Amino acid sequence: MSNGEVKLEIEQLLTDYVECLDEDRLEEWPEFFSEDGVYRVVSRENADRNLPLATLSCESKAMMLDRVTAIRNASVFSPRYLRHLVSGLRVRGPEAGAYLAQASYVVFQTMEGGETAVFNAGRYVDKIVFADGQAKFKEKIVIYDGARIPGLLVIPL
Amino acid sequence: MTDAVVATPRNYLWPGEGNCRVPYWVYADPAVYEREQERIFRGPTWNYVALEAQLPTPGDFKTTFVGDTPVIVTRDQKGALHAMVNKCAHRGATVCRTQSGNAKGFTCIYHQWNYDLQGRLAGVPFRGGVLDGDRRVGGMPADFSLADHGLTKLKVESLNGVVFASFDPGMMPVREYLGETMLYYVERVFDGRPLRMLGTLRQRIAANWKLIFENIKDPYHATLLHVFLVSFGLFRADQKSKVEMDSTGRHAVLVSRRGEQKATAGTSDMSSFKADYRLHDPTLLAGRREFKDENTVVMQTIFPNLIVQQQTNTLAMRQIVPQGPDHFELVWDFFGYADDDEEMTRFRLRQANLMGPAGLVSVDDTEAMEMCQRTLAAPGAPAAILEMGGRECRNEEHMVTETAIRGFYQYYRRIMGFDGEAV
Repeated sequence: MSNGEVKLEIEQLLTDYVECLDEDRLEEWPEFFSEDGVYRVVSRENADRNLPLATLSCESKAMMLDRVTAIRNASVFSPRYLRHLVSGLRVRGPEAGAYLAQASYVVFQTMEGGETAVFNAGRYVDKIVFADGQAKFKEKIVIYDGARIPGLLVIPL
Repeated sequence: MTDAVVATPRNYLWPGEGNCRVPYWVYADPAVYEREQERIFRGPTWNYVALEAQLPTPGDFKTTFVGDTPVIVTRDQKGALHAMVNKCAHRGATVCRTQSGNAKGFTCIYHQWNYDLQGRLAGVPFRGGVLDGDRRVGGMPADFSLADHGLTKLKVESLNGVVFASFDPGMMPVREYLGETMLYYVERVFDGRPLRMLGTLRQRIAANWKLIFENIKDPYHATLLHVFLVSFGLFRADQKSKVEMDSTGRHAVLVSRRGEQKATAGTSDMSSFKADYRLHDPTLLAGRREFKDENTVVMQTIFPNLIVQQQTNTLAMRQIVPQGPDHFELVWDFFGYADDDEEMTRFRLRQANLMGPAGLVSVDDTEAMEMCQRTLAAPGAPAAILEMGGRECRNEEHMVTETAIRGFYQYYRRIMGFDGEAV
């Protein structure tokens, strides 16, 4: 693939990814990752200080599935709608078989019956591989800017 | 109601039933909140402000809060710890604007008044005025003394690396403040071994600060609300457990241990228990015994702003920062020990998924607290009921009790002047 084609594929992956989350098709969420994919949400505060703690981390697709099961069956939280906007994609690589993709994101949250507010913003730092021609996240690190999470975080970013 | 009239700004009446009732105005009234700031957070209490591991080197500092008062915690060039109000003596501006770092001192940006790491005023620009030809003009009066205008200092004490601060200069030693039982549990985790900081998580919760303090004194909810905890046997009503308090009731500890995943008497009242709930990746809950005892859950509330958390291998300090009657920030400082092997660090980091703003367990608490705050002041019953496990405040060997919340209010009413004629 040409660089332009790779960037288009990655843009499509990000579009499909956030659409899946916004449409609450969480069961499909792990499928955006490669078989050895990992997902981490970290605060800028911890990332800047090189501290290893994640706000949410899944070291395997199975753990992602467990998150989804917990969201559906175990966790208690008020109904809400999320809307992810992604902008400013930049792609480098490949390095060690993976493309390095960075983009800014904003997530708006609307509580059921409530008003829309900015819930979270930051950047995606992703490693993307192609498996059978399909772009997948080998690693997706979400680094959020805010020091605090307003309330709680349940739906992946 | 009894005639337990209390002389307060609005003559607040505590319900005649005593400590097994909590009038909802304690969670919503701005005057009560202000009195808490004065009598509790700026009063005779030890407030958690840092772990020494966050400030390992001379010059290290962090900014935090005692109650809603902004505070700087520092380690000076000789290694001693200090805490001071983060407010310039000159015009009241914020002196230190960063969350943490290393510095020789602090300079207010407005007029560059400069303070050393102990909070002493070290310099005032143009103190001696300026030369206008051969005449000196302006400057501070000759009797202006730097020594009189330092930052407001708090008393500081570290207990095996846990740093507490107090506005009360006559505060008793931390050990005495904790009492024998609570000291035992604090030293169980903080035995003097050097710590390793893993990171900090922060969330702002739309609820009164006391609701989280009560939440951690309330094992009754944990056996019901937390499907994840209960289904995997991490915390259950039928496990060997106990609730202990100090002699005042202000501090408490819930102690329990992990059981198996099975339907038992402890789950029969729990409609949400899921016996067939399985993890696709069970490594999430993998852990290792690391303390002398077999306890895997030790949740300690140290009055007024600290929760010490052990859930299997995930260890954290949860610091409560009140932000008005209806909000607080919860700051989670996660740590391990400097000599942890890689596997232990992995356990701690992985199990952290249970806790924090996205925790598989703790999101339930955030939701429950916000739901309480939303409607507790609505018309209807004027007070919460705390009768599970009886109406007394005493240590118990089981989880089906609200005894530690009653103990907390027994102390709270006294320190706040709401004790009236307690039943």
